[in-house]
Amino acid sequence: MQKNVYKGLYLVIAILLVLPFVLPNSFYLDLAIRMAINAVIVLGLNLLIGFAGQISLGHAGFLGIGAYASAVLPTHFGWHPLLAMAAGAVATGILAALVARPIFKLKGNYLAMATLGLGIIISIALRNEAQWTGGPDGMPVPAMGLFGFELSNDKQWYWVVALLLSVSVWASLNLIDSPFGRALRALHGSEVASQVVGVDVVRYKVAIFVMSAVFASLMGSVTAHYVGFVSPNFADFFHSIELVTMVVIGGMASVYGSLVGAVLLTALPQALATFEGWETVVFGSILMLSMIFMPKGLVPTLAAKFGKEG
Amino acid sequence: MLAQFLQFLFSGITVGATYALAALGFTLIYNASNVINFAQGEFIMLGGMLAVVFTQSGLPLPAALALAIVIPAMVGVVIEKLAIEPVKGAETVTLIIITIGASLVIRGLTAVFLGKGTHGLPAFSGETPIEILGATLLPQSLWVLGVTALVVVALWYFFNRTLHGKAMLATSYNRLAAELVGINTSWVLFMSFAMSAALGALGGILLTPITMTSYDVGIMLGLKGFVAAVLGGLGNGLGAVVGGLLVGILEAMGAGYISSAYKDAIPFVLILFILFFMPRGLFGGKSTDRV
Repeated sequence: MQKNVYKGLYLVIAILLVLPFVLPNSFYLDLAIRMAINAVIVLGLNLLIGFAGQISLGHAGFLGIGAYASAVLPTHFGWHPLLAMAAGAVATGILAALVARPIFKLKGNYLAMATLGLGIIISIALRNEAQWTGGPDGMPVPAMGLFGFELSNDKQWYWVVALLLSVSVWASLNLIDSPFGRALRALHGSEVASQVVGVDVVRYKVAIFVMSAVFASLMGSVTAHYVGFVSPNFADFFHSIELVTMVVIGGMASVYGSLVGAVLLTALPQALATFEGWETVVFGSILMLSMIFMPKGLVPTLAAKFGKEG
Repeated sequence: MLAQFLQFLFSGITVGATYALAALGFTLIYNASNVINFAQGEFIMLGGMLAVVFTQSGLPLPAALALAIVIPAMVGVVIEKLAIEPVKGAETVTLIIITIGASLVIRGLTAVFLGKGTHGLPAFSGETPIEILGATLLPQSLWVLGVTALVVVALWYFFNRTLHGKAMLATSYNRLAAELVGINTSWVLFMSFAMSAALGALGGILLTPITMTSYDVGIMLGLKGFVAAVLGGLGNGLGAVVGGLLVGILEAMGAGYISSAYKDAIPFVLILFILFFMPRGLFGGKSTDRV
C-alpha cells in the first residue's frame, strides 16, 4: 500500500517535469501554473472537507487575506514580500484559530452557515476598505523577489509552483497516514466513537481548519504575486464554492482527486468560453450532473470501477 | 430621532418580511429532505423578473403575478425531481453543490433569455407615502407586510389543521415512521419544493417595486434568507419568520446608524455571534444524536 501510494507521487513529479517542454505556448504554461496553484489550495481544503468531514464555504476569504497582505503591506508599508506573506499567514492562522473553537461546536449545515458568513464578511471588508485595498477595482501587487533575484517570467514561476505542488502532495500523503491523519478520518467516521477511543475531537478539528486556512492564505499570496493583481472577487463566495467544487468533483478524501478536480475546474472556464453567454448555464449543469452521477467524485468512482485503491 | 428610528424600522421590516418568506422556503425544504436549498434566492429573483416580463407584455396584473408564482414553483419541482430525488441521502456537501449548480443554471438562463438589465415594477397601489410620526411608509411596504402575514397564517393553518400539512410535519419528524403510517413522503418532498419556490417568488414579486430586480439579485437575498432560517433555528417555522424580521431590522438599523457600506455584512456578523453562543439558533431545540 505504501509503495502504491508513492507511485502516484512519482507520476505527478514526472508529469510536472515533462510538462513545460511539451506545452505549445505561454497560454498553456499560464494555465498549468494556475492549475498547480489551485491544486495546492484544494489539497489543503480536501484535508478539511474530505478527510475530516468538515465543510468550509468561506475558504476564499482566507485566500483573500493572504493575497491582500501581499498586496497592501509591500505597497503601503514597504514590507518585504516574504515578510508580508508570512504576516498574512499568521493573521489568517490567528483568525482561523479564534473562530474555530466556537465554530466547530457546530455541525453540518450550521457549520456551512458560519464559514460562509466568515468568508462573506472578509470579502465585504476587502471591497469596502478602498483606501487600502483599492475597493472593488482591486490593486496591483509588487513582484516577489529574494536577494536581488526577482521572480518575473512564467518559466521561473512554473518551477516554483511545481515544487510547491510536489511537496504538498508528499506532505498530504504522509499526513493522512500519520496518527494525526488517522484521528481525522476517525472523527469523520464517527465523532462519538473517536472520542471514546481518546481522540480530542475539537482539538483535531481546530488544528486541521487552521492548517488548511494558513495553506490557503499562503497560496493566496503566491497567486497574488504571480498574477500581479488582486481584486475582491478573489475572496468572494463564488470562489469559495469553486474550491469546494474542485474538492468534491475530484473526489473527497482523495489526494489525487484533489489534483484532478483542480485541473478540470481550472480548465473548464477556458473550455466554456466558446459557449458565449451560456457559460453559467453549462457550468451549473456540469456541477449538477457530476454530483448526481458521481457523488463520490471522479477519482474514487473510477478507482472503484477499476478495482484499485484511490 | 424617533422619526429616523421609525424610518429604519419600516424599511427593516419590509425587507425582513421578504427574508422571512425566503427563510420559510429554506425551512420547508429542510424539513422535508434535510437539504439546504442554495437555489432559494433564485426563486426570489425569478418571481420578480417574471412579474416584470409578464406585466410588460400586457397581461393584467393578477394574471401576471399568478404566472410569476406558478412558473418558479414548477422550476422548483423540476429541480426536486431531476436533481434532489435521485441522490437521496447523499452527503451535505454533495447536496450543497447540486443546489448551487441549480442556482447557476436558473441565473444563467435568466441572463440569456431576459437579459442582464435592472428592472422595476410599478407599486400595486400607488406611490403616495403614508406619514406616521414623521416617518414615511410606502403603500408597497403595507402590501409586503400584509401578504407575508397572510401567508404565515395560511401556513400555520395548513400545518396544524389539514391532513396534508400534518403529513408534511410528520415526515419532517421521522420519515420512516411517516412512511409506515402510509404517508407518501415523495409527495411531501414534491410539495415542499413547490411551496418553497412559490414563497420565494412571492417575496421577490412584492419586493421588486421597492428595490428593483435583475438576474443576479438572488444570491444575496437567498443567503440572507438562509441566515434568517439559521438564526431562528433551522427547521422551525416560527423561528424563520422571527429570524427574517430580525435580520431585516438589524440590517436596516446597522446601515442607518453604523455604516451603510457594511449593510450586507451585518446579517453575517449577527449569525456568527448567535451561532457562537446559541449553536442551534434562537428557537432550535436541543437535538440528540443517534450513535
